[in-house]
Amino acid sequence: MNELKELYLAFVRIGAVTFGGGYAMLPILERDLVDKRGWTTTEDLMDYFAIGQCTPGIIALNVSTFIGHKRKGTAGALAATIGFLTCPILIILIISAFLTNFADLAVVKDAFAGIRVCVCVLILQAVLKLWKKAIPDKTALALYLVIFLVTVFSSLLLFRVPAAVLVIAAGVFGVLFRTAKEGNKA
Amino acid sequence: MIYLRLFLEFFKTGLFSIGGGLATLPFLYEMSDKTHWFTHADIADMIAVSESTPGAIGINMSTFAGYITGGVPGGIIASLGLAAPCIIIILIISKILDIFRSNPYVDRAFYGLRPASVAMISAAGINVVRIALVRLSALENGPDLLRFFNWPAIVLAAAIFIAQKKLKWHPVIFIALSAAVGIVFHFGSL
Repeated sequence: MNELKELYLAFVRIGAVTFGGGYAMLPILERDLVDKRGWTTTEDLMDYFAIGQCTPGIIALNVSTFIGHKRKGTAGALAATIGFLTCPILIILIISAFLTNFADLAVVKDAFAGIRVCVCVLILQAVLKLWKKAIPDKTALALYLVIFLVTVFSSLLLFRVPAAVLVIAAGVFGVLFRTAKEGNKA
Repeated sequence: MIYLRLFLEFFKTGLFSIGGGLATLPFLYEMSDKTHWFTHADIADMIAVSESTPGAIGINMSTFAGYITGGVPGGIIASLGLAAPCIIIILIISKILDIFRSNPYVDRAFYGLRPASVAMISAAGINVVRIALVRLSALENGPDLLRFFNWPAIVLAAAIFIAQKKLKWHPVIFIALSAAVGIVFHFGSL
């Protein structure tokens, strides 16, 4: 029970500060869950993010469910995910009830223009940290570049390629490429 | 039974919005037309709110729509409805992964998935940079590099980057400090 409470509270904290669509939460997850608590590894986090791209729901939520499940099975998954949702739900309930013009307030706009700058740095740090582990060779680098460019310039392409399709294609490529390579060696 | 309807409507949205965040938008517009629980203008407002709060747009919209149709319990039930399919699917994947984690094919798939994951994170970073650090509008009348870069924001970003390397403070502290800098220097109107 104590461990479930700990899981819940850890994700309440993370849910309170996950600005910018889930990716900025990576450095926070690293700090709180990998370094401090040892609940998961950087490699696992990366895998969760990849899988989260091709399943329904918000990535941050998927990652909470994964880590909760790894710690304490189904109960852990529920504790972590509900923990993650607690602050966003409370905040919107308060805004809906009292602050209908919340997003128009000058002070809110200023604060979040500042936070967005921090989110840029957090995401850059996440990328730098993951780089070595995710991209061990030139083939992986090429794969990275293709997916990065297609995603960034998707608005210029003739049709939008959904992220899920890219991720699934990358997984299939991994299986084919590694199988061929390891087959040659054997 | 309004609670059940709220749960089911948002459950459907949660089930079909793959990739999260903005992927929920088309479903929200459809729900607005069908149920009249909220208007298209409410959705636009909620996009703005979602940029300024920790939650994702889908969760925020479900909380808001649930609250105006069914009070506080409505807000909570609608949000849980949105999250439920995601939780169920990830639980199933987790259990499958536990069984197949040592399978060489799973390992090979991750060889491709990991660069993809980092590429998506980088692309998301570019999206935030586009809003936070540069002004694309400065390029409309010929390149105006002085105005293109949002210099105060870039200075703040560099300061955070260096401070984080040296001080190793918790990222949350930097988020709070950036909010304070934004308020003091009116970053919203830069």
